[in-house]
Amino acid sequence: MKKNRSVAGKIANVILYILLTVFTIMCIYPFYYIIIYSLSDANQAASGLFLLPKGFSLETYKGIFLLNDIPQALLISVSRSILGAVIAILGSSFFAYLVTNPKMIGRRFVYRFVVLTMYLNAGLIPWYMTMKAYGLQNNFLLYILPGLVTAYYVILIKTYIESLPRELEESALIDGAGIFTRYLQIIMPLSKPIIATIAVYAVVGQWNAWTDNYFLVSDAKLQTLQMILYNYLNQANRFQQMSSSAMDASAAASMITPTSVKMCVTVVVVIPIMCVYPFLQRYFVKGIMMGAVKG
Amino acid sequence: MRTKNREGVKLLLLALPFVLFVAAFCYVPLFGWAYGFTDYRVGMSLTEANFVGFDNFLAIWQNRNEVFRVMRNTFALSFIGLIFSPLPMIFAIMINEVSSTKFKKIVQTFTTLPNFISWIVVFTLAFAMFSSDGMVNNAIKALGGTQTINPLGDNDHAWMFQWALATWKTLGWSAIIYIASIAGIDQELYNAAQVDGANRFQQILHVTIPGLQPTFFVLLLLQISNILSNGFDQYFIFYNPLTADKLEVLDYYVYKIGVLTNNYPQSIALGMLKTIVSVVLLFSANSLSKKIRGESIV
Repeated sequence: MKKNRSVAGKIANVILYILLTVFTIMCIYPFYYIIIYSLSDANQAASGLFLLPKGFSLETYKGIFLLNDIPQALLISVSRSILGAVIAILGSSFFAYLVTNPKMIGRRFVYRFVVLTMYLNAGLIPWYMTMKAYGLQNNFLLYILPGLVTAYYVILIKTYIESLPRELEESALIDGAGIFTRYLQIIMPLSKPIIATIAVYAVVGQWNAWTDNYFLVSDAKLQTLQMILYNYLNQANRFQQMSSSAMDASAAASMITPTSVKMCVTVVVVIPIMCVYPFLQRYFVKGIMMGAVKG
Repeated sequence: MRTKNREGVKLLLLALPFVLFVAAFCYVPLFGWAYGFTDYRVGMSLTEANFVGFDNFLAIWQNRNEVFRVMRNTFALSFIGLIFSPLPMIFAIMINEVSSTKFKKIVQTFTTLPNFISWIVVFTLAFAMFSSDGMVNNAIKALGGTQTINPLGDNDHAWMFQWALATWKTLGWSAIIYIASIAGIDQELYNAAQVDGANRFQQILHVTIPGLQPTFFVLLLLQISNILSNGFDQYFIFYNPLTADKLEVLDYYVYKIGVLTNNYPQSIALGMLKTIVSVVLLFSANSLSKKIRGESIV
């Protein structure tokens, strides 16, 4: 596009840059703030903090990691993110591959039966009663199993597979390769871009999920990091006493405040996302673009 | 012909476990709707419940003072969202007007980040910024101000505050689809506009915005069909006694009746009405889209 060099154009340009800069800072500053708060000396931080940490202290981090629930919750959140993503990818991609084959009997019905679930929401209580009846209450499988066939992922993968040249698969068919061989050796490698996109969606979705935990899992060993954060938000004061007494140095008690506890736990929850996010951003974008192409 | 049929049956048999799985996790819960017509109480065995017809739906009507307030909040928040629905498109056009690729990339990376955190984390961030000893109030004090603010507990501005939070979280992300659509607009149209002497602003008005209209229209229809769904997470997390009057939305109310007051049948009846209305809205939007644009959206 040709540059507009008029005065009005220049003013408009300045305003544009200012508005975008302000909104960008608004988006990133809260994250920055909780990080500097979590690294500050808790008592000094309480008096006000803007651009730089005040003092430096890792006491609160030490405190929260001395309690068993954070490392345990970290383990649960990491396992549900990885296992949940693997299950969702394998199930959704294999099913999507099956429904791309025009030879399948009742193909349209099978596909629609799955896609319709995007819009049919039974509601909280029926969902709760059903999961409980399946024995998924206080069960780790509750986190990962329901994602096995996710309608949205099926649509994305099916659209992608249909865009691949059909000849590649047909030549394998002539070589006598069975369905599983074709799926594993031809379709999966060719679908890497969309699989990567869905892997990112699934991992982030799992990492952020907490309602299943809140409604159906009370077992202390199965709590996710999000739920622990939620609990700390509600009871940071009680936690402050617990973590202070968990530390042997009695002087440390004053180093931890309810707010510093909240900030540290939040940082533990968001740091993984912030670290991987810039590298995965292009996959997110690819996914939303493909989602725009309806199934 | 026979081998083709055998192949077709084999494929169907392979898909069957997945279909059964989807039935078990997404369709079986629908049978729970039957309990919306019973007097089931928590602690009863499922078979002990008696059929009571539409009593639970009548009970919703008898609670209409409360239900009207819930619907007022639900619609108000959805309408505020609808009024500001062109915002992602405007944001995308703004990003597109930036000439520095580096600046563009930084803006896009940072503004999409909030979309990938949970509402629990949004709440802690909001708390860190806006609580009485949060960043904003500390800044006001440091600058010598005496008027502190408390948006988390402000009932008068609760709707706008929740809208602002949701916009903060999703604006960068929602803009991506428009940014991609802008890239898809025929460059010839811009060249022709330049030949006609159109300046940058006129090009936006006469080429970019018309080019984005189909995308905007589809997203608007989807938003309209989602009018009853404000989302549970946000309102569950930000709900507090001070703002309860404004933030109790339908998704929260279904939870409140079902889980907090243990009235399963009434909660099921509400959820059922919500899903049916939403599906009807969606399919109406779809046929509207077919009529106007000759293209379906679902």
